[in-house]
Amino acid sequence: MENINAKYVSQKISKTRWCPVSYSSLQQPEVFATGSWDNEDNKVSIWSIGNHNNSGLEDGFEGDPQILCEHKHGGDVLDLQFLDQERMVSASSTGAVTIFRYHPNTHTISVLQHWARAHSYPCDNAPCTALVCSSPEIVTVGEDGRIVVFRADQEGAVRVIGEMRTRMLPPHKESSLKLSVVFVRECRQQHNSRGDLPKDHGALKFDLFIIFLYRAPLHCVDRHPNQQHIVATGGQDGMLCVWDVRQGGTPISLMEAHSAEMWEVRFHPTNPDHLFTCSEDGSLLHWETASHSEMPSFLQGGRNSSVISHGALTPAGGNRPLSSAWLCGDSGKGCLETTHMLPSQTMSVNSLDIIGQCLVCGTDGEAIFVNRHVPV
Amino acid sequence: DLKSVLSLSIQNIPALRRGKHMGFAWGQGNIFVYETLFKATGSGSPFIHEVRKDEDIYSPILRKLFNESHHIFVGLQTIREDLPSKNKKPQFVSISKNYRSVIRACMEELQQVAGYPLIRSVLLQVSILLAIELIWNLCEVLFIDAAPAGSLLLHLLDWVRLHKADVDEKARDVLQSDSPAEHRDYWDVVVSYVLQGRLDEARQMLGKKATLTPAANNIFKMMDNLLSKMPFYNPGGTQTLTEFDVKWRHWHEEVDRCLQDNSFASNQHLEVLCKILLGDEDTLLEHKDLLGTWYHFLVSRLLFCHPTVKPTELHYYAQSCMTMFLDSRSAPEPLDSILLAAFEFDIHQVIKDCSIALNNWWFVAHLTDLLDHCKLLQSHNLHFGSNLREFLLLEYASGLFTHHSLWQLAVDYFDHCLEFGRVYLELQIERVPLDTERKALKVLRICEQRQMSEQVRSICKIMAMRALRNNRLGSALSWSIRAKDAAFATLISERFLQDYCAKGTFSDLDLIDNLGPAMLLSDRLTFLGKYREFHKLYGEKRFKEAAKLLLSLMTAKIAPRSFWMTLLTDALPLLEQKEVIFSADQTYELMFCLEELTSSLNTPSSDSDKSMQEEDVELTKVELLRLALSRNLAMAIVKEGTVET
Repeated sequence: MENINAKYVSQKISKTRWCPVSYSSLQQPEVFATGSWDNEDNKVSIWSIGNHNNSGLEDGFEGDPQILCEHKHGGDVLDLQFLDQERMVSASSTGAVTIFRYHPNTHTISVLQHWARAHSYPCDNAPCTALVCSSPEIVTVGEDGRIVVFRADQEGAVRVIGEMRTRMLPPHKESSLKLSVVFVRECRQQHNSRGDLPKDHGALKFDLFIIFLYRAPLHCVDRHPNQQHIVATGGQDGMLCVWDVRQGGTPISLMEAHSAEMWEVRFHPTNPDHLFTCSEDGSLLHWETASHSEMPSFLQGGRNSSVISHGALTPAGGNRPLSSAWLCGDSGKGCLETTHMLPSQTMSVNSLDIIGQCLVCGTDGEAIFVNRHVPV
Repeated sequence: DLKSVLSLSIQNIPALRRGKHMGFAWGQGNIFVYETLFKATGSGSPFIHEVRKDEDIYSPILRKLFNESHHIFVGLQTIREDLPSKNKKPQFVSISKNYRSVIRACMEELQQVAGYPLIRSVLLQVSILLAIELIWNLCEVLFIDAAPAGSLLLHLLDWVRLHKADVDEKARDVLQSDSPAEHRDYWDVVVSYVLQGRLDEARQMLGKKATLTPAANNIFKMMDNLLSKMPFYNPGGTQTLTEFDVKWRHWHEEVDRCLQDNSFASNQHLEVLCKILLGDEDTLLEHKDLLGTWYHFLVSRLLFCHPTVKPTELHYYAQSCMTMFLDSRSAPEPLDSILLAAFEFDIHQVIKDCSIALNNWWFVAHLTDLLDHCKLLQSHNLHFGSNLREFLLLEYASGLFTHHSLWQLAVDYFDHCLEFGRVYLELQIERVPLDTERKALKVLRICEQRQMSEQVRSICKIMAMRALRNNRLGSALSWSIRAKDAAFATLISERFLQDYCAKGTFSDLDLIDNLGPAMLLSDRLTFLGKYREFHKLYGEKRFKEAAKLLLSLMTAKIAPRSFWMTLLTDALPLLEQKEVIFSADQTYELMFCLEELTSSLNTPSSDSDKSMQEEDVELTKVELLRLALSRNLAMAIVKEGTVET
């Protein structure tokens, strides 16, 4: 916790996202975007933690986030994702979806495209609660129960999947639907290689959709970056569940993570033995399963005092690349280690993002925390 | 000017015309004002003006102050009570320093923003913050740190040095010039250093002059000697206060001798310095412009007259210094009277004066809370029951609640007001506008954590109504389940059933299928769940169980009477099956239900405005049912009477 400092920013942060770096350069990310909520004028802002050569930073901490630019945003920012290194998409509580472009040379943000009523009720606005992008397509879900697919360069919606509205309407659309969005994305990737939009898109989705139902509303979902059948969810009861999609039914493991709603769960993109969750109770947890390496635990560097037992995980025959530590199913065997990442108590942590060793999160206490030396 | 900022202000409302009367109504943290004419009739202005008392919470830089201090406040409340107060003092001092550093950080940021062109309102805010920090620092020195004689003066010196930064600027200018000793501000800098007790720096400066005038070398040396020998009390050292006092008097006499000997007569500046070292009031007062304020005068005078001043003696000196310094001013400025009250150790007066002078409760609330933790406030009960600390915190937090975003901070403040905090929170939390579901979830979490079940119910009802209006029945149902609101759940279940009757299918199947124990919330909801279960069993072709369930729905009176017809109609396909599903007993019961239903339908009180067609349909249905039931009964009797061979 030595390397984490709070930066107070005068707006409640609902989403923080690192600007993607090209994997080839192996750089640590330096720029991140934040979206605010519950303000009279909400904003989308870009920050930098790079080492500045220009003055003004003599007494600031190294890596203290500095704001580069910001742009007005109508409604709360309910989700924010980067399409590529320059474009990001935001989902608003007014039901609008907007693509912003960040110009790094002039440090400005401009609006590229704006779909004002991507989601709506007949007589009201329906918030657009989540979105996923896989450039150039953007899939959004909203409280009106529809899934809409947009294309970054086209005017109207490419496809609206509205069967959700009358048939299967889950209690908290943004959560369960986001689950299906994850799968929609999966479908797309599977079918993209064939180069055509699958006609039975709807049916395939339906099957996946019903796979698991959880007893409390879900708020967040993330898929294992390499093993696509592993999904982690978190919801209103603060429990972290890991599911195997192939089996469905009950979760593989159920862990009491937080004492209040869990807002975001994230697998580390390159080192998926690590998982991060943040919650309304003001804590950000770093979960780590034991790795498969042959290195004994005392050489792995002590982070906190719990002992990692390898017993449950030694693969038989040593040749099982497709198994994952997350499916070990029994956290009591000590294969899971948890660390608090934030000092003391803060207000609700609404969002987090991790790339490489850099973690950024935003809270309701109007503070951003950046940690550049996360042990992964 | 630091002093004039703390004063009452009168707000003109430009839009109201002269000669008209003004009507008003209190809001939360604001007043609505409108033009009116009490007696006459006729047209008036149709506008309502909102006068907001507190603009500070809308300033983006000051918001950081509120957030950071909230963090410190919460940390302070959780300090363990069982430690003896001796161990807690350093903790309290460090918390006080934290608060002050937050104020300073805000000030610096504001100063950066003020820049060019100078924005008057921002400068005003900066000066208010300066005043606040000045007062807080003094309170920390006098009340929290409660320095005893000896170290008291040292702390006061630090206090003055911190708040008189222009000396360093001037010194920088002088040193950076080509010939510092010839600079016109040179002697001002030297005198300022001496007045602040920064004797080493004064000696360094003097050294520059000394090298320039080798002829006057000895008197400069003498002055340097005097300055170097001035004793300063060392609190951590072994010397007692009395020993220090003796040493200091000895030194004082030496300086006096130098003056009487006219040793410095050749250089008037050095002579002035000598008089200052002796604490000569007239000389000190001659340098009013360098001192700037009466409290600087006070501290300098104490430094050179009475360095072992005791805390209880302070107010004599303070009062006399203020009178001497301010001479013919009519009434003291608010800041002056606040500082004077502090020197008199009258904490309540300080708090009272600050509350009046400042337009935001932030300062007094946090300071009073800290002082209360230091056990410095007697429980001064106000006439409506709560004590001073709680009153101020409640006022502050209520002000925060009017802000669209900062209301979340206020919750923690209410939590720590033991007597009225909960009541205030209950009233305020219902008025937070619930724009999105996520905000409603956060507000709900706050209420549920504090077992405020009424507020939970009312919030859930608002969200459920909204969902209902947008025809999202599943969402509405889950809100009412969360609120444990049986009446509303009943209403929504009715809607579900109506929808089913209208469309033939259910919406939100997965919600209804997975109600679990929530099903028991209301009878109608239970019926809905069970009815859906019936459909599922039917779909899975588990007919016997489906039949049993269907029957129990009617006999156990779970189903509302209005729905019985639908249930019986659902029973038809089961009756028509080749295999006998309903046993004889069950069939009797069904018949009984049918009779009950038809008899109630035949009573003249039932709605007679049914059209002829509808009645026909009803009659046909009943007849079909009767036929099917009798056939089934026959088959069942036969089956049950048969002996298997």
